[in-house]
Order: sequence, then C-alpha cells, then structure tokens
Amino acid sequence: GAVAATYPRPGEDEPLTPREFVTGYNNFYEFGTDKEDPAAHAHRLRTRPWSVVVDGECARPGEIGIEDILAGFDQQERIYRLRCVEAWAMVIPWVGFPLGELLARFEPTSRARYVAFETLLDPEQMPGQRRRVLDWPYREGLRIDEAMHPLTLLATGLYGETLPNQNGAPLRLVVPWKYGFKSIKSIVRIRFTAEQPPATWNRMQPDEYGFYANVNPAVDHPRWSQKSHRMIGGGWLAKRRETLPFNGYAEEVAGLYAGMDLRRFY
Amino acid sequence: MAGRDWVAWAKPGVFLLCLLPLALTLAQGLGGGLALGANPVETLLHRSGLWTLRMLLLTLALTPLSRALGRPWPIRLRRMLGLFAFFYGMLHLLVYLWLDRALDWPVIVEDLTERPYIIVGMVALVLMSVLALTSTRGWQRRLRRNWKRLHRAVYLIAVLGVLHFLWLVKADLREPLIYAAILGVLLALRLPWGRWRRASAQSVQSASAVARRSASSSR
Repeated sequence: GAVAATYPRPGEDEPLTPREFVTGYNNFYEFGTDKEDPAAHAHRLRTRPWSVVVDGECARPGEIGIEDILAGFDQQERIYRLRCVEAWAMVIPWVGFPLGELLARFEPTSRARYVAFETLLDPEQMPGQRRRVLDWPYREGLRIDEAMHPLTLLATGLYGETLPNQNGAPLRLVVPWKYGFKSIKSIVRIRFTAEQPPATWNRMQPDEYGFYANVNPAVDHPRWSQKSHRMIGGGWLAKRRETLPFNGYAEEVAGLYAGMDLRRFY
Repeated sequence: MAGRDWVAWAKPGVFLLCLLPLALTLAQGLGGGLALGANPVETLLHRSGLWTLRMLLLTLALTPLSRALGRPWPIRLRRMLGLFAFFYGMLHLLVYLWLDRALDWPVIVEDLTERPYIIVGMVALVLMSVLALTSTRGWQRRLRRNWKRLHRAVYLIAVLGVLHFLWLVKADLREPLIYAAILGVLLALRLPWGRWRRASAQSVQSASAVARRSASSSR
C-alpha cells in the first residue's frame, strides 16, 4: 500500500517469500525446536481473550486488550526482510503499527531507558515449554530509542490476514534491522526499565547472542559466518546473498549506534 | 547348501536398502514442490549427515551383534555398511561445498580454519576416506597387522561425527545426545567384559575343582 512505499523495503529482486514458507518454517521453541513444529502445534494457543500488561517506569501503567489494540491503532502493511541469526532470510508483508504509538499511551518517564518484553508462559498451550530447552518464559528487550524508532513494528498480521499462531499471534515484535530472535512473539507483558533487561538467548549463550543483535556481516556468529544468507523459497540452487549492515536498514538506524563499538556490543 | 551362503544372497538386498534414503530424497527433490521443505539445502545437509552417522553406528553394531549371536554373518556386511557411511559422508561434503557454499573457496577455507564443528567433521571425512581406500583385500594383505590398527580409526571417526552434530546444535541437544548414547553403548560393548567374566568364572571353577580334588583325596 501507500504506507509501505514510504518505508525502506527489500529490493525489487527480492520477491515476497511464499506464504506457506512464512507460516511453515518457524523458530518458535514454545511449540518445539524443529522448524515444522510451530505449524503443527500452535493450534493449541488460545489468542482470545488476550491482554498485555504494560508497567514499570511509566506514568500510566495498565493493561490493554487485543481488541483495543486492533481497533485503537491504524494497522498498516510493512514489507520487511527478516534475517535469522541462522543465516537465512525471508521477505514478509507484515500488518501492524509502530510500537512507539502503543508505548506513548503509557507515558514512559525519563527513567525508562529500556523496554522489556515477555512471551506467554503456559505449557498447556505451549507444549515446547514442558522441556527446559530455554529459560521460559521467553524474554527480550530493546533500548528505548530502538523501541520508539518508526521502523519498529508491533505486528498483528501478515499477508493481509490475522497473524497465524505459529508466527507469534496475536501480537509480536518486528525489529527488521536485528536478528529474528529479538522479535519476540505472543507478547503478554511490556515493562519500562531503567536497567538493561535480561534477554533469553543472550543469557543462555552471551558469546553467541548479543543483547543488541544488530544484523552485522562483519561480526560472525562463533560457529558460522554472518556475511551471507540464503533466501527461503529460493529452492535447491538459490545463491546465497550478501548480508548488509543492519539488514539493509542502515540509513534509518545506524545513527542509533553512533560512537558504539559494534564488535563489542554485537 | 543354500543355508550356508544366504549372506551372499542377502547382500544385494542390503545394498538396495542402504540406497533407499538417497533414492527417496532424489525422488522428493526432482518431484519439485515442497517435499524437501522451505530450506531444501538445509534438509539435504541434515539428511546426508544423519545417514552418515546412522551407517557408521550400524557398522559398529555388527561386531557386537556377531558376538551376541555367536555367528559370523554380521561381520560379512561390515565393509559394505562402512562404505555406505563413507558414501553418505561424501554426499554430505558435496552438498556443503556445492549447494551450501556454492564452491566459494575463501568462505570454505574460513570455515575449515575457524569453526570447530566443521573442522572435526572434516577430519572425520578425511579419516573415512583413508579407511574406504584401504578397505580392499589387496590393502588388507599389504598392510597385514597394521590394517587392523588403521581401521580402529573408525571409533575416532564415530566420536568426531557425534561431536560435529553436538557442536552445531543451537539449544536442543536431545537428538545428538541420542546418537552419543548409542555410540557409548556400542563402544562399551567392546570393553573386555566377557573376558573378565570368563576369567573370573574360570578362577572360581578351578578353585572349586581344586577344593573338590582335595576333598576327595582326603576321603
């Protein structure tokens, strides 16, 4: 749509990833660690009723229901490239709205330097949580300026439809210049904090998964190169593509990290 | 008698069975569509690697099986299964070099010098190639007693293979740990438990025989 065109989008030679791959090849360990597990098990997740608690360093802490979120914010389409830390990527037409719009309603104070997010914890609905593969519930965090950046999206859908459960229904984060694991799914809690909040993968293996996790071809994952990635949907013989700094969104976001040593704060 | 050489009859069947994973994968790949999933290169890498490991473990299971059955026939399948492990290992390498890395040699050299899981995998493949090359009767004759020593490298290869799998996994170690456990059992079966038991049984027997003899002589 018109809105999408005003935002940076992947190049013309990067077609949308077919819907069946976007919804059939997922890392969402709450439903199992195989890529096909989320599509197979996410039907157990009940996304209504659903509400998000927003609290911490803000003037108006509270709770907001998913219906109010859908009705209260202008839903737009954004086509972003999603770059997984495992060196594959997709091009996804998200439906959603800037996270900053939601955060502003709760009036963060000057003490709010970070925003922490939490996924639902319920092994009944999320059978993957019965095994301690990760330290449940899944947690992620952003610096407040990253969270307020206009590219940072709260997604409620994809391909013009309601978000499928395996993609993080009913509400997930999309931060296109960071590796996919930062874009936390099925959010039930948002908290403004003064200190850097814990993030699940970062805590588990800090040398492999940084808090910032900005897409950066110059900083390899200790076990594989991040210089290139494979586009999902390209088939057997698809060439790898060169990975760009900040996943191609450097023009918009590089300024957030001016003066920071990105080798240290990876 | 037919019963005497049924292994010779069974061999072609086992051979075809070992080719089945490759045949199924080729059929899926050439059939197009989604059979190999969203990331077919990853699927091919993963499958060829798994079958290398499975063939290795099957090969290692034959000697204990032969001992347990008290029959030699499993040993006669050992070379073929070992060569199939090598075959799937080479396919794994080919998928990695050609489909995954597109023969981008600088990247491959970087992998081979900086990434421990790739280094151990490669060492295992090189060792496997040496064993495959010397698997013929001719080499067996030429190397004499050293042949057996050389082919003990299969234990190291299997350990490196499992390590390769363990080190590449992100968080869920369950699958590689299953392979590690099976390998552990297969290696443990090779410890000289039987000899110890026989030795201790013999010493008990001889002791009691001595006791019987002395008892009868005193009567």
